[in-house]
Amino acid sequence: MVAVDASVYGGEGMRKASPAVASRPRRAGGLWRPVLLLAVGAYFVLPFVAALRYALQSDTGTFSFSAFTGITAQQGFGPAIGLSLRLLVLTVALTLGLMVPTAVYVHLRLPRLRRILDGITILPIVVPPIVLVIGVLDVAPTFAKASPYLLGFEYVVLAMPFAYRSLAAGLAAIDVKTLFEASRSLGGGPLQTLRRVLVPNLRAALLSATVLTVALVLGEFTMASLDQYQTFPVWIVAFDQNNSHVSTAVSFLALFATWALLMVISLLDRRGRTPPAGGE
Amino acid sequence: MPDVSFGATVELRDLQRSFGSTRALDHLSLTLEPGELVALLGPSGCGKTTALRVLAGFERLDGGTVSVDGTEISGVPAQKRGMGMVFQSYSLFPNMHALDNVAYGLRMRRTAPAERRRRAMALLDMVGLADRAKQYPHQLSGGQQQRVALARALAIEPRVLLLDEPLSALDAQVRLQLREQIRGLQQRLGTTTLFVTHDQEEALSIADRVCVMRDGRIEQVDAPAVLYKRPATPFVAEFVGTMNRLPARTAGAAVEVLGRRVAGGSADGRFPDGAAVEVLVRPEGLTLRRDEGGRGILTARTFLGSVTRLTVLLDGEPAASVKVDAPSDEAAALELGSPVTVELVDEVVMVVEPRPGGVAGSVPAGATIGR
Repeated sequence: MVAVDASVYGGEGMRKASPAVASRPRRAGGLWRPVLLLAVGAYFVLPFVAALRYALQSDTGTFSFSAFTGITAQQGFGPAIGLSLRLLVLTVALTLGLMVPTAVYVHLRLPRLRRILDGITILPIVVPPIVLVIGVLDVAPTFAKASPYLLGFEYVVLAMPFAYRSLAAGLAAIDVKTLFEASRSLGGGPLQTLRRVLVPNLRAALLSATVLTVALVLGEFTMASLDQYQTFPVWIVAFDQNNSHVSTAVSFLALFATWALLMVISLLDRRGRTPPAGGE
Repeated sequence: MPDVSFGATVELRDLQRSFGSTRALDHLSLTLEPGELVALLGPSGCGKTTALRVLAGFERLDGGTVSVDGTEISGVPAQKRGMGMVFQSYSLFPNMHALDNVAYGLRMRRTAPAERRRRAMALLDMVGLADRAKQYPHQLSGGQQQRVALARALAIEPRVLLLDEPLSALDAQVRLQLREQIRGLQQRLGTTTLFVTHDQEEALSIADRVCVMRDGRIEQVDAPAVLYKRPATPFVAEFVGTMNRLPARTAGAAVEVLGRRVAGGSADGRFPDGAAVEVLVRPEGLTLRRDEGGRGILTARTFLGSVTRLTVLLDGEPAASVKVDAPSDEAAALELGSPVTVELVDEVVMVVEPRPGGVAGSVPAGATIGR
């Protein structure tokens, strides 16, 4: 599942790099371009193919879909996915609820703090997760440690860099101050302005913040395992010891689901950019 | 949309606002009469936009009061002031088409959907964009966007309209059209309007009164013609319209300039007899003729239509470059490099202290002018 995160960033990186590649003289890329593309493609695709093959193969070497069809019947699958989904909702809600007002407020009122915030939001990447977990376990009150939802709060910290970056980029792309003032001069209060003007225009940023947070929660292993809660990734690893074909099948499906999610997001994003004609 | 004048009286009293050590508003007081369009004119950083933003409620005050029709509104938040505002940059909501943008203010006021559609449509029609109602901002040109922004500001039937350099991002031609459209609508609706601009031509052409600002203070508030003809300070004289500075010398109550003695503008004892001064004269206040013995040389000309603006280098101590307006057909007969004589035909606008390092001779102590 960690591969999901890697592919998300790989995808972003490639998208950013492509204009530069295209602007190079044609000749230079002539033969090397397909070779390079094939090499990169193989690097990303081969592991998936291998995983798929392994999932479809039984120990005796025959091919069947039983690893896929039997997933839901596996012991512990339901509770694990349930916990992960609940953590997902909690994390996304907390992240957006905290980061949207903060990013907007800093952008509008405290532009000087932007630099500092940039620095702070990078901390969770710099500090290893294991240090974070030990720190949290050290200071968290007992009742909090007894609840798996403590993980959600830890995930909010982990998701912060990605969520904040997405939002900051979205805010930089529109003239927030003028839009806010235009709305206010027309009688819009802060909440109405947020709902009717800012959020619709930050849709792409909100979606990308959400998808990154989702990918993170569905892939996070270290913290959950150290906190000893069986979230979906922890279950996959544990189950792998019983039936590695099934756990590979599950990983493959999870990867596929996250990809599908990314596709949906980018489709929504594209729709947002060219508004439908005649819609209210 | 009422056709009678319903604009409010706006009173800015003793406004003070500082940003760090910069005084954006330095005890500024200004009253706008109902239905009047006042242009705030000045160089960038003079505080004109701050004044407008204070009135809109976007900027807090360090001191002073703002009142509308005698009611103090300094503490009222922007969204409750009910003033229409058009911004310099395109401020339309990108996620809404033109009609929804115009209807936004009515939506905030909980007007029924059918009614707000009807009114928004009427306003779009008024600015000539009824056929663009369902287009999004990015599908409209800059001029069209500003017209939608104007319609949006007027939709809430404001008694005060605030325009923050609404034309400065537009092409010259569009700017001219929209300027006339704004003025036409403003006069028809009778909305009291504050128009901020750094473009003096724009201010003079659109406003009932122009308020020239500098360093957070008002230099002069007057009708455009008065401002042009009788500027109160050298700053206004040179900021509004084109102005020449000519070396001169006081002679009693008069001044000697270009070899002529004229009634001395405002040389009312501020300068001692025989002092070296400079006089301010408009290009149309001068005339020129070809003269082999003349002390000027024609160096450039700019065709402006019926008149041509000629630049003449005047020999003398020191040399001065002056601009003279001449009928275009006469100007066409003069070749660049021709020797010419420049003469004064109009009275001088103002007598001022020479610029430092300019005219030879001593500047009398204590002879300061203006501010």
